[in-house]
Amino acid sequence: MSQSYNRGTVEDFGRWREFTAGMWAWIFHKFTGWVLVGYLFTHIAVLSTAVGVDPASAQAGSDLYTSTISGLESLLIVRFLEVGLLAVAVFHILNGIRLLMVDLGVGLESQDKSFYASLLLTGAIVVASVPTFLGGKLA
Amino acid sequence: MAEHYSSFDRGGRRWLFQRLTAVFLVGVLAFHFMLLHFVNHAADLTFLGTQARMNRPWYLITMWLFLVTATFHGVNGVYNALVNQGLTGSRKNAVKYLLGIAGILLIVQGTRVSLAMTTLV
Repeated sequence: MSQSYNRGTVEDFGRWREFTAGMWAWIFHKFTGWVLVGYLFTHIAVLSTAVGVDPASAQAGSDLYTSTISGLESLLIVRFLEVGLLAVAVFHILNGIRLLMVDLGVGLESQDKSFYASLLLTGAIVVASVPTFLGGKLA
Repeated sequence: MAEHYSSFDRGGRRWLFQRLTAVFLVGVLAFHFMLLHFVNHAADLTFLGTQARMNRPWYLITMWLFLVTATFHGVNGVYNALVNQGLTGSRKNAVKYLLGIAGILLIVQGTRVSLAMTTLV
């Protein structure tokens, strides 16, 4: 059976050198969660350009939705931000699977190793994805 | 015993629904990223392409469930993180209602957007 510990003063970042793998996992999961929920609201705001699209301009590819997305995608900074978003999402997914396993009582003794594995796998997936994200037409 | 840190009180409803939505989101978020960045490049997306995908009932329903579960998971996660940081009393109530309203508005707007991407309305 797993056990929840009083996290004490994790927020006291002055003692970050003393943080264990579990503390870092908790901090990273929370940070990536804040980024993702912020992005969710932004994403729906951008996709709102699809409301009221004129069918004729959609046929011509000159509607607001298409031009907004292609305009954003033409900016190199947006491509890099997307890579950052991928990193955040992949870590949140992998560490989330790790948390589900922990809650099911699976692999409790290797929580630190599974955290390091989440970090390594996130890094590998992100690096392998960079060509795809930076590819395609740019301005 | 390995240490376990969480912003959630285990066994509660908020914890349970956070875990249940997580199981769904793990798959659908990965699918969303794969489809719209690897199968179709984001730079090549058009309204007509989006409309073709959203006109498939299974895709529309999946994306709408994605919206609802992601909103719940995000808003519930933020609320629990703040409560875990020591938010109490009237501030806790105010944050609860503020996040609840923000979540409902996001789902309403997301539903409008989803339907606008189809030929259903």
